[in-house]
Amino acid sequence: MWQRYIIEASTYAQSIDHLFLLIAALVGFWFIVAETVFFWLIFTFRKKDGRPTQHITGEEKHLVRWITIPHFLVILCDIVILVPAIMVWYNVKEAMPPADQTVRVIGQQWAWSFQQPGPDGILDTADDIRTVGELHVTVNTTYHFELESRDVVHSFAIPSFRLKQDALPGRTITGWFRPNRVGTYDIQCTQICGIGHAMMAGRIIVETPQDHAAWLLHNSNPSAASEPGSPASRAGSSMVAEVRR
Amino acid sequence: MSTQVHHAEPGIFQKYFWSTDHKMIAMQYMFTGMAMALIGGFLAYVFRMQLGFPNKSVPGFGIVTPGKYNAVVTMHGSIMIFWVAMPILIAAFGNFLIPLMIGADDMAFPRINRLSYQIFLVSILVLLASFFVKGGAFGGAWTAYPPLSASGAYNLTPAGATLWLVAVALEFMAFLLGGINFTVTTMNSRAPGMKMYDIPMIVWMIVLASVIFMASVGPLIAGAVMLLFDQTLSTGFYDPTRGGDPLLWEHLFWFFGHPEVYVVLLPAMGIVAEVITVFARKKMFGYKTILYTAWATGVLSFVVWAHHQFVAGIDPRMANIFTVTTLLISVPITEMVFLYIATLYGGSISLTTPMLWALAFVAEFMIGGVTGIFLGASGTDIYLHDTYFVIAHFHYTFVPIAIISVFAGVTFWYPKMFGRMLNDTLGKIHFWGTVIAFNVIFIPLFMTGVAGDQRRVYSYAQFAEQARPELQHLRTTSTIALLVMLSFQVIFLINFFWSLRNGKRAGANPWRSTTLEWTVPSPPPHGNFAELPTVYRGPYEYGLPGRAEDYWPQNDPS
Repeated sequence: MWQRYIIEASTYAQSIDHLFLLIAALVGFWFIVAETVFFWLIFTFRKKDGRPTQHITGEEKHLVRWITIPHFLVILCDIVILVPAIMVWYNVKEAMPPADQTVRVIGQQWAWSFQQPGPDGILDTADDIRTVGELHVTVNTTYHFELESRDVVHSFAIPSFRLKQDALPGRTITGWFRPNRVGTYDIQCTQICGIGHAMMAGRIIVETPQDHAAWLLHNSNPSAASEPGSPASRAGSSMVAEVRR
Repeated sequence: MSTQVHHAEPGIFQKYFWSTDHKMIAMQYMFTGMAMALIGGFLAYVFRMQLGFPNKSVPGFGIVTPGKYNAVVTMHGSIMIFWVAMPILIAAFGNFLIPLMIGADDMAFPRINRLSYQIFLVSILVLLASFFVKGGAFGGAWTAYPPLSASGAYNLTPAGATLWLVAVALEFMAFLLGGINFTVTTMNSRAPGMKMYDIPMIVWMIVLASVIFMASVGPLIAGAVMLLFDQTLSTGFYDPTRGGDPLLWEHLFWFFGHPEVYVVLLPAMGIVAEVITVFARKKMFGYKTILYTAWATGVLSFVVWAHHQFVAGIDPRMANIFTVTTLLISVPITEMVFLYIATLYGGSISLTTPMLWALAFVAEFMIGGVTGIFLGASGTDIYLHDTYFVIAHFHYTFVPIAIISVFAGVTFWYPKMFGRMLNDTLGKIHFWGTVIAFNVIFIPLFMTGVAGDQRRVYSYAQFAEQARPELQHLRTTSTIALLVMLSFQVIFLINFFWSLRNGKRAGANPWRSTTLEWTVPSPPPHGNFAELPTVYRGPYEYGLPGRAEDYWPQNDPS
């Protein structure tokens, strides 16, 4: 059902989807029960001549239990939702599995740029590969990302991975993902960031180890690499615009 | 009108623009709110047209450029919350109903009341002016996250951003004055005999909403001043390069922003309580319990704000605390809805137009309620945050609040306000057209949200996964439904203005209701009560066995 709308391409995508379905089942049950009772009451107690209304204060013991029992059941359902919700959250946002690779993700008006280690496998060295709008990763590899923003608040989102994290200027926020399906997926900015917000698209290309090695080899050009950690100029974004045209 | 002390008949200006009469101020707020609703609705039309029919010129507006799109969505959100929901639900109904329902001749501070509306009107002028300044209206979303909102170099609407901020701050001031007035009036000016638990639910709800508003808005006003300084004096409160922090604004904003949901929800629940008791001829099921759950909701609403910020870069461990509090708040709200449903039990329900609106509020609000759980649960919010699922969810709360309950209230109290009845047939056509279209607008948006459509994006052309035709069909469906819903509002406007002169004359108490406002003539004269009433019982005494009439007015001594 969910898969029809959007594919699952990371290890935690499925756990988030399962949580969604669990909540849907529980609140769906309550919703259907409440609406059914509601419409049944409207129908049953519709105005009929000669039938007086009942004077009920709502403090009668035998009636109050129709509220108190559902009240405790709602608390129970809340707990049933809370536990897996926090477990999923902990898994995705708090527990950081050890990284096989670390990449840097930089948001700026209005492009995503990426910095990843070259053949030496270490970030912030001369052979780093810098890309704009495209991030190449290997399937079944755990990535840590260091998320930064150069100007305003952006939000780094890969719907197929169920990944979303705001990028804040002045901070580096670390997160992780582990792609498990080869393919090309959208990267969105989901926090309004100015007039180019809808242009701030990127792609993440999940490759087999062989393909990724070939890409790495093709793009490793130590002389082209800039100084580690140097801020990209604002011209970067206009370059992206050029590329897109 | 006879026993009131007569002043010289005021001039037009004095009467309509400089009045201290709570009913006139209520009308000022209501008509201003309705006018703003038309603007807010027009803005919704503009951006939905762009989303439903991308890059076509929108009739009456033109091409929607990215910059205009941002301004239009920002203004739609701001206007609908601050200049439609609040003035109508709190200020118009509060001003009209509180003195009439508690048996007072006016508000405690009539001139503060007048000042409140005047500041509110100035805030609107400032807001509307922002459409015409260089760069156009503010385009940084109604949440105004800095640094985007703090710097004209980032948002490209420097003048619009400042005017927006000033307008919002002025609006807060107007509602602080109003809130003090509502609370003081209800606590001090009640008719003799009206004890705390004899106060009609709508009055309690407006007072509670005012208390929540006054308690939550302070930090945001401080935050707004800092943002204003960042914009205009180049301070760096939110600028990380100078030791500031953009997250500070997010906390200050949502510390107000979430309670604000309940500020508008509670008056809506109050209106619905009045309407369903009258048309089910039933006492409220568990009056005290409803009141306690409303208080509990109000208190809890202060500790849930960071569920808007799960993925905003706060410490991820904080999310666990806010997930717990957010799911906890579902308990009193669910209980409140259950009590409303239980009120129908044993009643004698007539489906008049106001009753249809009130019942629709309960039915639709439940959709808004249950979909909130997906967002309050931190695990699923990672994915759903800032998607159209959020938009669909909060419109299933806000449309019942600001549209459906308002129509319930307006159609219910129209006879009292203007002394005439609305046309019931036109009312029902308007009801079904609006409610059915409303669902067709937002159910597709739940689906596009689940499919990953992100918010505040004028075009999905750059996103291959969102540019699929099946998602575009859903967006177009939603847009067409919006056109239908908007066109049905014409019927309401015709009914409203035609009935002002031509409606059937309403007596003092056309709905055979128990509360005090129905004991005075329609419309109520200046000073309201010929003789200030005494209250003998609670507000919802319907269907008492052994009485000739099925209702027992609050002021009836027998």
